[in-house]
Amino acid sequence: MSASAVMFYILGALVLTFGVLTVFTRKIFRAAVYLLLSLIGIAAIYIIMDMQFIAALQIVIYVGGIVVLIIFSIFLTHQAGERLPSRLPKHLLWSILLSGVGLLLATHILYHFSYKPSIEPAIEHSVKNIGTQLIDFRSYGYVFPFEVVSILLLAAMVGSIIIAMKTKKN
Amino acid sequence: MEQVPLSHVLILSSCLFFLGIYGFFSRRNMITMLMSIELILNSININFIAFNKYLYPHQLEGVFFTLFIITVAAAEVSLAIAIIINLYRKFNTIDVEDTNTMKF
Repeated sequence: MSASAVMFYILGALVLTFGVLTVFTRKIFRAAVYLLLSLIGIAAIYIIMDMQFIAALQIVIYVGGIVVLIIFSIFLTHQAGERLPSRLPKHLLWSILLSGVGLLLATHILYHFSYKPSIEPAIEHSVKNIGTQLIDFRSYGYVFPFEVVSILLLAAMVGSIIIAMKTKKN
Repeated sequence: MEQVPLSHVLILSSCLFFLGIYGFFSRRNMITMLMSIELILNSININFIAFNKYLYPHQLEGVFFTLFIITVAAAEVSLAIAIIINLYRKFNTIDVEDTNTMKF
């Protein structure tokens, strides 16, 4: 077993542990911090898979943006140190049933499926190749989804400002 | 990394996915439900990257899908937090069991 394989199993165990803590803890701020650590672990998994660009994006957008936004909204809507209310038994039963059966089914299928890798020569997953194909408009480029997603981001920005704005009372 | 079989990566991501499903259906607080959605989206990103690396190394499609999923997740989180803050102003709570004005 090579060093990167050992690293993968350690990081996978860390990611799953922090994910379990995120879902099961009763204090909401701790849940946000555990989510942060889990996302950093996923970025490290990307790095040992040789996807440095995606790992950098994961750190910048998820860890630096989304989790900070979640922590801000926790501070706006919660008192410090209060515990979350307990779960309803009906919800608990259904969610345990759904996730347990789904996990068993998915692991069974994934373990017994035979994967066929392609035999064509591999290309480098560098930022240069990714950028070239992202704004290419001739051969399998992604320039149209790129523009659509930029308009989506603009619309989401304007929409969230409008929704969260305080309305004046007449 | 070549010693790790593809199925182990996929099993890791499906464990994370069903953890997110469990949290989404059992939590009552809207912000913790949002955190579960983040876990689900991240597990799907791991799947795309693993398929791209192991099965189709001559293409970049998994990387692009991951990029667009991250972008859409950022938009989704900003909108969801705006809705949560507005809801907190109106009802003074963000528990999904208490905000039932439009419930049929």
